[in-house]
Amino acid sequence: MFKTQNNKAWFLVLPVLLLVGFSAILPLMTVVNYAFNDTFGNNAFFWVGLEWFREVIRSERMHDALQRQLIFSAIILAIEIPLGIAIALTLPKRGVWASLTLVLLALPLLIPWNVVGTIWQLFTRIDIGLLGSTLAALGVDFNLGRDAIDAWATLIVMDVWHWTSLVTLLCYAGLQSIPEAYYQAGRIDQASRWAVFRYIELPKMQGVLLIAVLLRFMDSFMIYTEPFVVTGGGPGSTTTFLSVDLVKMAIGQFDLGPAAAFSLMYFLVILLISWVFYTVMTNLDQEKEEVPE
Amino acid sequence: MAKITLSNLAHTYFPYPRGEQDYALKTIDLTWDDGGAYALLGASGCGKSTLLNLISGLRRPSQGRILFGDGDVTDAPTAERNIAQVFQFPVVYDTMTVRENLAFPLRNRGMKKDYIQSRVDQVAKMIGMEGTLSRKARGLTADVKQKISLGRGMVREDVNAILFDEPLTVIDPHLKWELRTQLKKLHQDFGHTMIYVTHDQTEALTFADKVVVMHDGRIVQVGTPEELFERPAHTFVGYFIGSPGMNLLDAVIDGNVAHIGEHEAPLGGKFGHLTGRTQIGIRPEHVTVSRTGGLPATIMRVDDVGRHRILRAEVAGAPVAVVLPEGAALPADDSCHLIFQPEKIGVFADDWRMAPEHPQDRSGS
Ligand SMILES: Nc1ncnc2c1ncn2[C@@H]1O[C@H](COP(=O)(O)OP(=O)(O)OP(=O)(O)O)[C@@H](O)[C@H]1O
Ligand SMILES: [Mg+2]
Repeated sequence: MFKTQNNKAWFLVLPVLLLVGFSAILPLMTVVNYAFNDTFGNNAFFWVGLEWFREVIRSERMHDALQRQLIFSAIILAIEIPLGIAIALTLPKRGVWASLTLVLLALPLLIPWNVVGTIWQLFTRIDIGLLGSTLAALGVDFNLGRDAIDAWATLIVMDVWHWTSLVTLLCYAGLQSIPEAYYQAGRIDQASRWAVFRYIELPKMQGVLLIAVLLRFMDSFMIYTEPFVVTGGGPGSTTTFLSVDLVKMAIGQFDLGPAAAFSLMYFLVILLISWVFYTVMTNLDQEKEEVPE
Repeated sequence: MAKITLSNLAHTYFPYPRGEQDYALKTIDLTWDDGGAYALLGASGCGKSTLLNLISGLRRPSQGRILFGDGDVTDAPTAERNIAQVFQFPVVYDTMTVRENLAFPLRNRGMKKDYIQSRVDQVAKMIGMEGTLSRKARGLTADVKQKISLGRGMVREDVNAILFDEPLTVIDPHLKWELRTQLKKLHQDFGHTMIYVTHDQTEALTFADKVVVMHDGRIVQVGTPEELFERPAHTFVGYFIGSPGMNLLDAVIDGNVAHIGEHEAPLGGKFGHLTGRTQIGIRPEHVTVSRTGGLPATIMRVDDVGRHRILRAEVAGAPVAVVLPEGAALPADDSCHLIFQPEKIGVFADDWRMAPEHPQDRSGS
């Protein structure tokens, strides 16, 4: 029996390769190009090697932005994941109310980033904003243009308002997939509410939780529009997160070399942290496997 | 441990039942003696699981009360009733090891560590899983998972009752027999009240001291395997128990004679006037083939089922099965006569067994 090797089928993949080449690889290569060269315009480039990378890594400003970014993402995850789970646990399982609450929960997710920013910008204004003027009337000295804590609090509350629903919806889907028999077995075995959560609900939610954590991490780590609209990165540079800083550097100061090097490292950091989350969360219960009794 | 009393119990899954047909369980009054080994037998959909779930409190009855001993537990949550239940399909806690799974009900009750350890080892031996205690439950096959579920059901020593809802469905036959023996032994050792749901009559008859037969949301008979065989209280019991089931023939009852079509069969007792659909029932084991006398029958075929042969015949258009004694000769042509042992004939009116007014033979009533 002879099988004729026919490799013509590979040509079918060609259009996709071309498309990906144009949409992803070419722009990326441009960035790589800028990252390793210097230019004085006129499309004349000089090889500078890792110079830009060194500059960015040594830069105090970058360290601060990275630190702010890490703290911001950590706070976002620490609030939205538990809160999302808690809300999902209290939702009705079926019936009219279930559909209604799901629609209500999904609403914030449908609002574009800059609109969310604008809404909260107006909402927190001291002169006309509902929240801002109420706080002012209560005698609270709230001013996100002046006070870093106020600015951070606003951004965090805004993000929680905007995105906790996503975590809730994902967890809700995970909870819905648990057969009734598991809850019945839990009742028969006299499991406490906590034990039911810990040994029945949480394991079944693990898959969707991984997705939720990754999505919320990546999204919060790349946050740009909202701080840009609400605080403009201020007061000072207290809310200047990585992408805000990147845009300042690339467009504001036109430092294309360092900005390109920065972009590449930004991308690698996101990839690295996502990978860490993924590995840790998928191995959580395998590790216990060999523990002797 | 205590006896369990069901009083005027009924259940419907409809919020607004329109009538009796909407009830999965029609009115039930029954007492389960403390320490009894019961089998709950019935066809699919007759309400067996519903009944168990009411006893364990996973569902609240639409009507009636449930008592444990003298205490009313109708509104008590499952945990308070302290009942073990094993479901038809395995439920294990995936992230726990086999040992943790078995220990779970004990840990939830706050038992001492040494006690849990030794009790789990004991149960592991019963289900034959001593070697795999530290394995994760995730990824085990369905029958192993079901053994774990069984183990979790048996691990508590102080339960009021253990309910098994067709627990051996996913287990393969030779292990089935083994596990059933273990359950029987568990019952002898600890004397828990056990209710074992099945629709396999051999399983029911080997496990139980007493068999409860359900049909269409009702309990039609409670009795020893022998009673069910000899004196089925309902045509369903007659037909469901025994292999093949009881022969049922429409008949007009006149005193101590049953008229089947134009033929007659003598009965073991004298019956008064019966209303509704009247039938006589006779076990295939209690019919004999004869050359003359008895009811004329047409032979359809003979089945060889291994242990014995079964003659399939027709009497006045109705099918009748006969268990042939070993080495019995058959008539050469396809007609013969059948004799029904009079004292073994049951008389049913609208499916329920009727007692004769003047029994001539005590065992036949
Ligand atoms: N959760 C439910 N919602 C609505 N109807 C149900 C529900 N569970 C059972 N029923 C109905 O109640 C009746 C009795 O069901 P049940 O599960 O008690 O039968 P069963 O005797 O256990 O049957 P099987 O041998 O198939 O397990 C059936 O008609 C079934 O359709
Ligand atoms: Mg069932």
